[in-house]
Amino acid sequence: MTINIIIITALVTSALWTAMTVRLLRSAVGLAITSAILAILMFRLCSPIAAVFELSVCAGLIFAIFISAITVTGRITNEQIVLKKKLRLRRFWLLPVIVIIAAIVLTQIHFHAIFNLPAQPVENNVKIILWNMRHLDLLGQVVILLAGAFGVVILFKEWKND
Amino acid sequence: MLSLFLLLPLLGIIALNLPYKGKKDTVALLYVLLLSVGQAIVVLFHPANFWHMPDFWGRFFHLALYADNLTLVLILSIGIVMSAAVLVAWQTISESKSRLNFINLALVALIGMNGTVLLTDIFSLYVFLEVTAISSFILIAFQRDLNALEGAFKYIVLSALATIMMLSAIAALLLFSGDTSFASVSQAVKNNCCNPIIIFAITLFVCGLFIKGGLVPFHGWLPAAYSAAPAAVSVLLAGIVTKVAGIYVLIRLVRDVFGPVGAINDILMIVGIISIIIGALAALKQDDFKKILAYSSISQVGYIILGLGCGSPLGIAGAIFHLFNHSIFKSLLFVNSAAVEKQTGSTDINKMGGLGAKMPFSNASCLIATFSTAGIPPAAGFWSKLMIIIALWQNGYHAYAAVAILVSVITLAYLLAIQRKVFFGILPDELKNIKEAGIWIVLPAATLAIIIIGVGVFFPFLFNSFLVPVSNFFK
Amino acid sequence: MTNDMSQLFWMCSIGGILVFIIGIYCILVTFNLIRAIIGLELLTKTVTLFLILAGYVTGRTGLAQALAITLIVIEVVVIAIAAGVILCVFRHNKTIDVKLLRNIKG
Repeated sequence: MTINIIIITALVTSALWTAMTVRLLRSAVGLAITSAILAILMFRLCSPIAAVFELSVCAGLIFAIFISAITVTGRITNEQIVLKKKLRLRRFWLLPVIVIIAAIVLTQIHFHAIFNLPAQPVENNVKIILWNMRHLDLLGQVVILLAGAFGVVILFKEWKND
Repeated sequence: MLSLFLLLPLLGIIALNLPYKGKKDTVALLYVLLLSVGQAIVVLFHPANFWHMPDFWGRFFHLALYADNLTLVLILSIGIVMSAAVLVAWQTISESKSRLNFINLALVALIGMNGTVLLTDIFSLYVFLEVTAISSFILIAFQRDLNALEGAFKYIVLSALATIMMLSAIAALLLFSGDTSFASVSQAVKNNCCNPIIIFAITLFVCGLFIKGGLVPFHGWLPAAYSAAPAAVSVLLAGIVTKVAGIYVLIRLVRDVFGPVGAINDILMIVGIISIIIGALAALKQDDFKKILAYSSISQVGYIILGLGCGSPLGIAGAIFHLFNHSIFKSLLFVNSAAVEKQTGSTDINKMGGLGAKMPFSNASCLIATFSTAGIPPAAGFWSKLMIIIALWQNGYHAYAAVAILVSVITLAYLLAIQRKVFFGILPDELKNIKEAGIWIVLPAATLAIIIIGVGVFFPFLFNSFLVPVSNFFK
Repeated sequence: MTNDMSQLFWMCSIGGILVFIIGIYCILVTFNLIRAIIGLELLTKTVTLFLILAGYVTGRTGLAQALAITLIVIEVVVIAIAAGVILCVFRHNKTIDVKLLRNIKG
């Protein structure tokens, strides 16, 4: 139980850091760390395959997308950071306060629920469920990937006027 | 044979992107027209064994698809609006490569919408809503105009928020149902109807759909996206995409899956009436052709939600009929705005005037669409609004009915303002050489106008054969 | 459903809700387009956690994992499109600050 508390605290802390930090690059790193911690949590919740996906795709691929977007749009100099820090503090100081208050309130609630476990054993092999029972989702994924390819071709294409 | 609605467009996308030379854009246009017109014809002539024949693919794939009367109405409107949008794109986009890109994305949107109306699983619903949404993001942004990019970004953020709300609701429902098919979710909701988690999940899901449908507290993205998108994309978005993604799903889930849980009908009616009023008042103040139409869209969607929230079979039948009518008259109005934009290069109605003599077809069809929107006989919109208002009156919602009638007058006012400023009045000097828009805009405009008048005139025949079955389905 | 599991469920839910609050705050307050997308990512993380959690407590981890994998694939495509839109905006304006972009009134 203790280890779960540590993981969840780490998750919330890294998410908070992601939102609060001034440099976008650090924010992207924070997001990747959040993903990694979430993957550990998912592993502990008996979902290893989804955890591997989360780790490779979210902490890997999405991190790469963010890094390239941030490098293209330009990083800011140190003087700008000092300036921005003051401005941002005015907007962001409330966030940790809200999070801490919410955490205190939520941990005070005594939650008890009874969920019905399946009466007879269910198929729990994710490969069988994904490949044999959810064909419509797979079709949707294929179409989404195609659409994403069109989008990347259209939006990232070089501009003639530049 | 239902899987053909998904697999044929997919096949088309793959075939169009194989590396070969030739007049690909013409082939692509013909293919997408064939699919969308074919879809409408299959609904209208209703070949008996088409809908129930198990298809060849069924042996390999489990695509749990199902079609009922509500689905048929939507498939018909998708076919009609899609063919109109593609023809408008053909006229307004001149470069062959952009045409091909548009048609590819339109095919993706076609798969997304057909999937959304046919499927029977709450998680697949999310997947196909996302297919539709992603294709519309790219369609809005694809000419890379700055305003359009901003509209697309707003849409991406709000639509992502909506899907996050829906997914949280799905996770909460999964706690009770253990499966994601409509049948098991519906069973779980029935068994635990007073559980606060279930009620919270349903409210969250419905709020997500309000964002997708652009209803009033959540409508921020809609005017920006509609008015900045390329002309043909506005036709597609306003005519059908948001109607399928928001309103159809709302009708399906509230009536079929969740049932009348808690105060859901009251929420629907309040959101509906607020959308009607705010949308109409905001439309009065605009002077951009497409923005007026966008706000008018919010207002008209409010009528659909109002009819749905009223709960009686007549109200629901009216809502579905108004959904169909709305997709026809709103796409016609956007086709007209595309014609005006193409010929004058602007959408500011204060800079125009007297175009009626130069563009007679656009003038006449715009007038017909105006009558249908405002609910003036014999246009089709009159009957659907009448059904909704009678249903409201019968169920004792007199105030709602009165507001609905009053706002119809405002609707007429802002649409006639367009008519007066664009098509009547004095022709400015710089617009002396205007001609009627090309054949590929006039043709869909004329067809849509004929559909409006035809449905309106033959409504008494349609009522028994088409609308009564649709509402009976819900009993 | 043991008491232990109920407790674990509630703890993970608290974590999810807190990350959700952080994500929403991030989207509402920021002026930077990329940070808005990072906020959306945080929200999506929460939803992934909720799905897996729902599968865990009801003993259907297989189904929940299948759903989570689909969700992750879709998430990547949405992020890629959003990044493309942001890059196009940047090429127009040489900035991604929302304050300078608000020429459309919603």
